[in-house]
Amino acid sequence: MLEVSNLACVRGDHRLFAGLSFSLSAGELMQVQGANGSGKTSLLRTLCGFIMPEAGEVCWRGNDIRELEEEYCAELVYLGHLNAIKDDLNALENLRINAGLAGCAIDDKRAVAALRRMGLLGKELLPVKVLSQGQRRRVALARLLVSDAPLWILDEPLAALDAGAVDLMQELIGEHLSNSGMLIFTTHQPLQVAGVEIRSLALS
Amino acid sequence: MNKLSLSSLLVLVIRRDLVLALRRRADVLITLIFFVMVVSLFPLGVGPEPEMLRKMASGVVWVAALLASMLSLGRMFSVDYQDGTLEQMLLVPQSLSVLVLGKILAHWMVSGLPLVLMAPVLGLQFGLPMQSLGVLMLGLLLGTPVLSMIGAVGAALTLGLRGGGVLVSLLVLPLCIPVLIFGSGAVEAAASGMNYASHLSLLAALLVLALVLTPWVTAQALRISME
Repeated sequence: MLEVSNLACVRGDHRLFAGLSFSLSAGELMQVQGANGSGKTSLLRTLCGFIMPEAGEVCWRGNDIRELEEEYCAELVYLGHLNAIKDDLNALENLRINAGLAGCAIDDKRAVAALRRMGLLGKELLPVKVLSQGQRRRVALARLLVSDAPLWILDEPLAALDAGAVDLMQELIGEHLSNSGMLIFTTHQPLQVAGVEIRSLALS
Repeated sequence: MNKLSLSSLLVLVIRRDLVLALRRRADVLITLIFFVMVVSLFPLGVGPEPEMLRKMASGVVWVAALLASMLSLGRMFSVDYQDGTLEQMLLVPQSLSVLVLGKILAHWMVSGLPLVLMAPVLGLQFGLPMQSLGVLMLGLLLGTPVLSMIGAVGAALTLGLRGGGVLVSLLVLPLCIPVLIFGSGAVEAAASGMNYASHLSLLAALLVLALVLTPWVTAQALRISME
């Protein structure tokens, strides 16, 4: 499904990685590992198409993502370091707008259900600026629940989450993979998904 | 799952930006107050002779509108850039150009439309006759969206740069000169009893041209800035 061949990335004068090749098929989970500054985020952003690779190509279902453009975007959920939520809006508005930007209209019922599952019961109508860092992350992660895109690209999804939320994420990832989803992520915390082997990709 | 159509994406973006603007009213008011203040300073500076004021009114209002519209350009994309929303916007599966058009229209409603509505009051202050007031308003109605659109390109190009706010004015102001010339030209033509329709037609042509080109150019500029 997702094939990366001979990928190279240069930021400024610094070569982060070169000759990187891997492929990911339905139901697979891949963790990108590496020290700080080894290019994990740059790799994920290249896979999203934000960064033009120095060499090599990223293919989705056999076609270069540069040619697919919007078709590829429809099958992808990306969550970066930044939560992409607005402080002035409440959790429900944030989720509905983010789902809208991702191309799907959801009703209030579905959005509220997603927020409750993320453990935000009673916080749906509070402005996000009064929530804690971990709760904001949960609002951002709720987007995963309302999307049916097969490819998830998550940059440090567990940052700021407590143990309960980490368990919940593992459960969500398990469900996503069993629906023949795919996931590429980075994390510095241990993550286990029942019945799935985590492939790892080391950047040096 | 219902896939959003292009028009509902446009509505979603406009509504989002308007709600955000409503929750931060100070940003909206600053543009308007700046506009009123700059225009009101001129009579104090050049003296209260009605004939001279009437003659310079259209130019003063237009230049002030131009400067006021520069004020809010910096915020057009930078807020979304800082909290990561812009990354999500670049991944929109319908069309980035349509999304950008929505943001431009919302920006105009917040920073351009109030200027259009305020202009007749300021025109009265300068003793402009009724017909000139109408032409001034009509010109601003056609011209301020063009300012927002050209400004969007500049704002996208300077995204994330240090001192981007000043840079964007230097970049955009020269490109706005045609709008200024035809806008204030229309009022002068109306005041001297000549045909002002040609000036307004040219403004409308600029508007159509900008409407077609700038959303796409801005979308490309955003992709480059995010790399």
